[in-house]
Amino acid sequence: MSEHGHHKENFFSKYVFSLDHKMISKQFLITGMVMGVIAMVMSALFRIQLANPGESNSILSTFLGRWAEGGVMSPDIYLSLVTIHGTIMVFFVLTGGLSGTFANLLLPFQVGARDMASGFLNMLSYWFFFASCVVMIISLFVQSGPASAGWTIYPPLSAVPESISGSGLGMTLWLVSMTLFIVSSLLGGLNYIVTVLNLRTKGMSMTRLPLTVWALLVTAILGVLSFPVLLSAALLLVFDRSFGTSFYLSDILIQGEVLSHAGGNPILFQHLFWFLGHPEVYIVLLPALGITSEIIATCSRKPIFGYRAMIGSILAIAFLSFIVWGHHMFITGMNPFLGSVFVFTTLLIAIPSAIKVFNYIATLWRGNLQFTPAMLFSIGLVSTFITGGLTGLILGDSALDINVHDTYFVVAHFHIVMGLSAIFGMLAGVYHWFPRMYGRLMNLKLGYIHFWGTFICAYGTFFPMHFLGMAGLPRRYYSNTAFPMFDNLLDINEVVSFFAIAGALIQVVFFFNFFYSIFRGPISPQNPWKSNTLEWTAPVERIHGNWPGDIPAVHRWAYDYSKPGMDDDFVSQITPLKKGEKEYH
Amino acid sequence: MIKVLIVLVAIVFVAQVVRIFELSSIITKNKNEVTDHSNHINGVLLLIAGIGLLIFFFWQRAEWMDQTLQVAASEHGPIIDNLWDVTMGLIIIVFLVLTPLLFTISFWFRGKKENTASYITHNNKLEFFWTAVPAVVLLILIVYGLRVWGQIVNQDISDAMVVEVYAKQFNWTARYAGADNTLGRADVRFVGGKNELGVIANHTKDQQILDLEKKINKLEKDLNNSINPAEKKLISKRIDKLIKKKKTLMTYFVTTSPEKLKAAEDDIVTKELHLPVGKKVLFKFRSQDVIHSAYLPHFRVQMNCVPGTTTQFAFTPTITTEEMKKELNNEAFEYVMLCNKICGAAHYNMQMKVVVETEEEYNEWLASQQNNKIANL
Repeated sequence: MSEHGHHKENFFSKYVFSLDHKMISKQFLITGMVMGVIAMVMSALFRIQLANPGESNSILSTFLGRWAEGGVMSPDIYLSLVTIHGTIMVFFVLTGGLSGTFANLLLPFQVGARDMASGFLNMLSYWFFFASCVVMIISLFVQSGPASAGWTIYPPLSAVPESISGSGLGMTLWLVSMTLFIVSSLLGGLNYIVTVLNLRTKGMSMTRLPLTVWALLVTAILGVLSFPVLLSAALLLVFDRSFGTSFYLSDILIQGEVLSHAGGNPILFQHLFWFLGHPEVYIVLLPALGITSEIIATCSRKPIFGYRAMIGSILAIAFLSFIVWGHHMFITGMNPFLGSVFVFTTLLIAIPSAIKVFNYIATLWRGNLQFTPAMLFSIGLVSTFITGGLTGLILGDSALDINVHDTYFVVAHFHIVMGLSAIFGMLAGVYHWFPRMYGRLMNLKLGYIHFWGTFICAYGTFFPMHFLGMAGLPRRYYSNTAFPMFDNLLDINEVVSFFAIAGALIQVVFFFNFFYSIFRGPISPQNPWKSNTLEWTAPVERIHGNWPGDIPAVHRWAYDYSKPGMDDDFVSQITPLKKGEKEYH
Repeated sequence: MIKVLIVLVAIVFVAQVVRIFELSSIITKNKNEVTDHSNHINGVLLLIAGIGLLIFFFWQRAEWMDQTLQVAASEHGPIIDNLWDVTMGLIIIVFLVLTPLLFTISFWFRGKKENTASYITHNNKLEFFWTAVPAVVLLILIVYGLRVWGQIVNQDISDAMVVEVYAKQFNWTARYAGADNTLGRADVRFVGGKNELGVIANHTKDQQILDLEKKINKLEKDLNNSINPAEKKLISKRIDKLIKKKKTLMTYFVTTSPEKLKAAEDDIVTKELHLPVGKKVLFKFRSQDVIHSAYLPHFRVQMNCVPGTTTQFAFTPTITTEEMKKELNNEAFEYVMLCNKICGAAHYNMQMKVVVETEEEYNEWLASQQNNKIANL
């Protein structure tokens, strides 16, 4: 690998079809951010609808054109917006954007490698991701509207075009896009796993790896094991839609015609979907938790508390995530005994999750906390992880799930525990590693404004939704006006919409800070956060191969912060042990 | 146009703010670094945020708790509500402990130049403790939860009144099993005319076959009168299709046992759901197009309706509509069944009125529905 020379690069090989992991990570990040803005604008639009049902609003007609004739959103486009918002956020922002960015940036750097195991596959992974984003965006503009069966695309709704207008061409494009996305995710995931297992530098044992690497490695393994199942589910759906097979369809009468499908079962799709879908939650969450572990330790100037326990809980969560998918299906008519098994496994996940939370708090204890924006977002993550994780105890309990299944209680739960935590982790990562990516610093004060605005709006948006759910309000309702029992919920909806839109607007500060700092931020020192990990031993300027000369060897774990008897309050992993110094690992 | 302008103004505004920051940092020699001062401010803000979050939590409870679902109107409802209260109580306690802990610690240990963090890597005793405690608590929750689940799904349904709930885009229909308490067989292929639910019975078969034959006869006449070969081909294709449909219907009919055919006769199809109070009812759910979910929030009942299979849920309503009106002090109150699984454009308005009444009122109502008997269709 040391042959990686400084061959000439033109514009295309440097910025477009780059094989360099640092450039590819930036490509993932910026694409993810663009998709994130699209999904965020969608959420602001449907929040306007929910707060002002039936009222004419010129913002809606500006953005939606003929889908909001006279400024009133149609039910079809409402469902489309909800569907595409969910799809983009879960897959394109929090899977592609989060894993893609930080696995690419951090894995080679933090394990001490010149680049990914296969730069070419890595490039392909990005371009498949890009293509899937493009197809998804194209689907927004087709005549019959984009997919609108919910991001979980349960058949028969997603399989029978007569049942909803979005299940025509829009759904086909959704499936194409998702197939491309899965290919991207598999190419990326395999590459990440091989890189971590094979390209660690001298001395970098598995128990010296930073927790980010552990989290990203386990995430990649989860993805490689579960995404193929979604691919097969999607392919069977394509067969049912286009070739007349009956995997998911049976006895369907729609618009006066009995369809010829017989013998299939729609619940099969749900099993396949959630076999990916639940690990997917942790594919989204684990990288954020890994990033947080790293940032909390660095900015507390203190070793991460319970390093081994942290690795153990990552592995436990990953293992359990494969045997809990049925908790999404308690009320599908699935055998109640099977439901009991899923209750048992689901509630067990709370144990490793609790360990992680306690370890984070213990890391902060007696630290010397440096509140960078990254640190604030990490603390925010711990808070949302607590708040959102706790309500999982209710939804994982089949008897309680009966009454809040598919209500706003669920929306509140997963937006806080998965959405907010992962987004906070991602933003923390961007603030923390921006100097590593662009060689410049982001503006701190704008970062603080961004954090506080986001934190307040995030809780203001999602906390009240618990009460909507406890009032029995189903999710994915275009309006609550059809039922007298929901009449008095409008004021809660108005609060939610206010914070949602304010929260979307505050992100302008972030985007401004981000793009402004790329070009005009102050030049970063080599190790701005006084961190131990290897990425900060590489020079600030981007060089192919990461380190000039040899790759440094590693002599200690990544968390020797404030170690007694050392000169500084941090000891880089490449510093050899002093005579008589004991190594913790 | 004006919106574009607002966006532009906003961008210019942020740009100017940054400019001011830049200039002020040049003047004050602030190097865009974390300082004791910024740590102090953010530490205090974190403390305020922690307190604010708790205040926000209590404020919401005070403001909105009375809008959430009140007393459960079914026999298993209070059991679920008890489990809910225990779990929710536990959650709230943990939330009220951990949230202040997190934010207070963050505030307390805010960075100062002269401070040094402690080098603490792990503590086996402590870690064992905070693994064991959640494990024990969760085990208790699991056992409790599964007992409740068992009580709900393992009810004795031998004497329950059987009612079919039938879902389609975008309304509900109910089918009462009649005096024999047995539902007749039904299939989507039998849906037609007045037979909305596709119930298979002697005379629904006769009617359907008669209809089909009428159509076939008419088409055959058209075929004879037509001279256009293309049109002839089209018509004969349609005739073939109808003949095939007739065959299918007959197949379903002859494979239905005579007992089932008889059981169908006294089934009653209604657009409202009436339930006698205190009597166990067994819902059988079917759907004819996509997945729907029958959600009766006041009774703590929910089950998906899946095309191609039948699902079921048994429960006993305990409070009549009239009693509930008094209980909630709301004259307009009605029980309702909602659709709670995305099912299409009008998903948000798929509902059926549910009435719980005394046995006499129920019998009276059922007697008034005799026109909707399958035998009288």
